[in-house]
Amino acid sequence: MASNMTTVEALQVLIDQRRDKQIVITNQGSSREWPKLAEHPLDFHFLPSAMGAAIPLGLGLALAKPDYEVIVISGDGSLLMNMGTLATVTASSASNLSIILLDSGVYAVTGCQRNAGSSGNVDYAGLARATGFENVSHFTDESSWRNGLSDLLTSAGPRFVWLNVTAEHHTLPLGKLAPIEQRLTEFQSALGDS
Amino acid sequence: MFTGSEITEILSELGITDVVWLPDSEMGKWESSLESADELRLIRVCREGEAWAVAAGLLLGGQTPVVMIQTTGLFESSDSMRNVLFDLHLPIFAIVGARSWLMPDSNDSAKTFTEPFLKSWQIDYRLIEAVEQKPMLANHFRHCQEKNQPGLVLIAESSI
Repeated sequence: MASNMTTVEALQVLIDQRRDKQIVITNQGSSREWPKLAEHPLDFHFLPSAMGAAIPLGLGLALAKPDYEVIVISGDGSLLMNMGTLATVTASSASNLSIILLDSGVYAVTGCQRNAGSSGNVDYAGLARATGFENVSHFTDESSWRNGLSDLLTSAGPRFVWLNVTAEHHTLPLGKLAPIEQRLTEFQSALGDS
Repeated sequence: MFTGSEITEILSELGITDVVWLPDSEMGKWESSLESADELRLIRVCREGEAWAVAAGLLLGGQTPVVMIQTTGLFESSDSMRNVLFDLHLPIFAIVGARSWLMPDSNDSAKTFTEPFLKSWQIDYRLIEAVEQKPMLANHFRHCQEKNQPGLVLIAESSI
């Protein structure tokens, strides 16, 4: 589906409306762009990662930390690789989890090769509903996403948000990220402190 | 090998909070015991690669999970396991049903590749293939906890 919202614009909406006790897990394309835009102790940039693993990792955190809100930003290529994870989420008791799907139709990290959902053949909102999500939203432009986010996060979870974004090649945030061991220690410390 | 109540009791004594599982036909018999244990949470995944990532999130959040899958699922999940154990260096413990292990004439490739797989990944594992070896489960878990390292116990099975 055509969109003129960039990944950076989509992420900036989340950054602008960030709340207390909100864990944000970025992955793949978003983990390359978010660190260039913002820094927060409760950010976890899942880099290096295993493709498709961000949502289950976020689920584990949401179950472990029910007093926090966990937001997982996933790409469409990652979700296509691990669609069953949506059923895993709804089968769990986690209501403090939001999945933000950035759908560009391409593998944004490897150079924008088209993925299997690139021709608009996958209805991600329908997929989420079919796997048990009751709170499902779809935004195709930055303005409606910005206006919709606030209400969305106050409604019952788990939540699934499908954002159409432009196809862009995302490069590593060189110099922006500490080694993973240090980031994990700092993240766990922030979880303990906040 | 283990009954459901035995496993539940052992996991509870070890302080395990969550079992992230995709069972096989032998571990599946433990479901009602695991499900009914007040101190354990049973988390069902759709594919084994998810199990390592869910366990990673639980561990980062301060819980003590175990991954419980079959050898076939271990093979399937290796990229996720690689990331969690070797990129993130999280000391996650797994209990893995060793398919066909107690079938001496089996040419099941899942049996053939189990130990070479674990050795190549440099996973510190123990194999429980007889009743008298049951204490090895708790002992190896404690060993891995003390070393703050990942670990795995293979439980020999007589079915596929």
